[in-house]
Amino acid sequence: MDLTAGPTQFFWSKDRWLKFYTSLADTPVARVVLGELVCSKRLPFYQEHISEAIDTLQNAGKEVALTSLALVTLKRERKLTADLVDMGLPVEVNDLSTLPHLPKGTPFWVGPLVNVYNEGTLAWLASLGATRVCLPPELPLESVEVLSKTAADLGVAVEVWGHGRLPLAISGRCYHARLHGRTKDNCQFACEDDPDGLEVKTLEGQPFMTMNGVQTLSDTHAAAVYQTDTLARAGVSALRLSPQSQGFPAICAAYHSLLQGGTTAATTAAELQSLTPDARFSDGFLQGACGADWSAGQPVPVE
Amino acid sequence: MVMEIVCPAGTPAALRAAVKAGAHTVYCGFADETNARNFPGLNFDRAEMREGVAFAHQHGAKVLVAINTFPRAGHEAIWHRAVADAENCDADAVILADAGLLAHTARHHPGLRRHLSVQAAAANADVINYYAETFGVKRVVLPRVLSVPEIAAINAETEVETEVFVFGGLCVMAEGRCSLSSYATGKSPNMNGVCSPASHVEYHEENGVLDARLGGYIIHRVNKGEAAPYPTLCKGCFSAGEKTGHLFEDPVSLNAEKLIPQLQKAGVTALKIEGRQRSRSYVAQVVRNFRAAVDALDAGRPLPEGMLARLSEGQAMTTGAYKKTWR
Repeated sequence: MDLTAGPTQFFWSKDRWLKFYTSLADTPVARVVLGELVCSKRLPFYQEHISEAIDTLQNAGKEVALTSLALVTLKRERKLTADLVDMGLPVEVNDLSTLPHLPKGTPFWVGPLVNVYNEGTLAWLASLGATRVCLPPELPLESVEVLSKTAADLGVAVEVWGHGRLPLAISGRCYHARLHGRTKDNCQFACEDDPDGLEVKTLEGQPFMTMNGVQTLSDTHAAAVYQTDTLARAGVSALRLSPQSQGFPAICAAYHSLLQGGTTAATTAAELQSLTPDARFSDGFLQGACGADWSAGQPVPVE
Repeated sequence: MVMEIVCPAGTPAALRAAVKAGAHTVYCGFADETNARNFPGLNFDRAEMREGVAFAHQHGAKVLVAINTFPRAGHEAIWHRAVADAENCDADAVILADAGLLAHTARHHPGLRRHLSVQAAAANADVINYYAETFGVKRVVLPRVLSVPEIAAINAETEVETEVFVFGGLCVMAEGRCSLSSYATGKSPNMNGVCSPASHVEYHEENGVLDARLGGYIIHRVNKGEAAPYPTLCKGCFSAGEKTGHLFEDPVSLNAEKLIPQLQKAGVTALKIEGRQRSRSYVAQVVRNFRAAVDALDAGRPLPEGMLARLSEGQAMTTGAYKKTWR
């Protein structure tokens, strides 16, 4: 298995954005997906830097793809989606609205926000030209195993959500704007002050979710450290690491070392915790009773 | 053309009540994980479906079978069987969300009319036309993220019929793209056909304060005697920054009755009522009111005023994303 860095889900300033993607050149990730996933209003702020980031990453030997938006409704967004393929890079489809804009036979990737739950959907996407599919984070290990087998027969590379806050929902409504008493169309970029999203707590102060404009993520950082052997045996070809503002290159290095067999899962988990002392981890979608659960390396009791 | 009223039926009794109350069309599902209202005691076995379709057809009404969860890897046969059985029961159409299942149905059941479920979240004309060209989809249930002018713009660019929700529960997130419930409870709308399931709800009262929890997370806290809304995740009370409140959505339900004329002008074919979990008397009453509204509209009469206020049981109503300011 190798590593894929996903597109940042958060709204970063152009300097932070460029610095982040430039820094990935020196990390052990094999490929990088970049571009705007969550909100089309964010793109103009860093769009001018995209070409430079692509050049830097390609010069460092990384494979680079461009993500589509996760939810395409406006005319402007449809045009953006149609234009993606003109960049000459693989497009990562994160909304099926992208498919009609790809010239017939164009190879493409499928991102974690497309509902690939079963062999039929995987085979259909492969028949259209999908060469790489990052499975939805919600899928349990049993599904990952079945789909990896199907993917191998189809010649499709399978990725699994390896690390980072889980994308749980996308909406027409902007919650950051709502929090500030505004609407999405007049949001005044309420999300820009939260480079890792805004913590949403329960009434008892328990961290629960993360607000990110129109997107809702988990509070916990998914961390598949204890499942890497199982995933590799199943034929999964890459772990998807989702960007965060702090410590990301070190997180990539930690996973790389784990995949190379240079360290144990428990050591990696401890290292991840020391890199992000405030983070709570989860691996429950892969092997727990619910997504928020964290195995901490303990086998899950059979029901 | 009179706008088509599409009504929910969780039971054969509700189906009959809806048809008698004037529903043009009823939608329902099999009693298993193949549909997005997989609740205990709800839905139809095969014999009931066959009888229900026959009853509806005798009364000039149609039946749509919702097979709108995403088939589980390794177990697609369950969903394939549901599609075949819907056809055998003489259903007028199936409502599907999963691309693989659409491909299967188009290939193996070409004569069975295919509608695209709201769970597919097809939110623009490009993707709707793509579903039509690729899988022969004849109707799309639009996701609840679009304003009325956006719906009109979609209809101007597609031949596919559009169906929109006008009454009942309201998803705040794009449907079919939300795993909040499985994050907190392990039960997923996409995979299990349930959201914020009752099996994971706990109420606890102490010192005159009632807590409602889902999967252990506190979702609502009210004083004794106050209305305690069901702890649906996206309509819970949380804190972020300096603010505590209903950060995603208030505990409201959708009521777009006043927008019916605008929706008709926008080119919408069918109006959908949510609530397969509702009683037959509720379904009958909602159907009667909406049927009266579309008949009045068709005859050029004014719409009956405030017809459904009583059914909301004091719950607040919203027109949701149909008004742009909701965003």
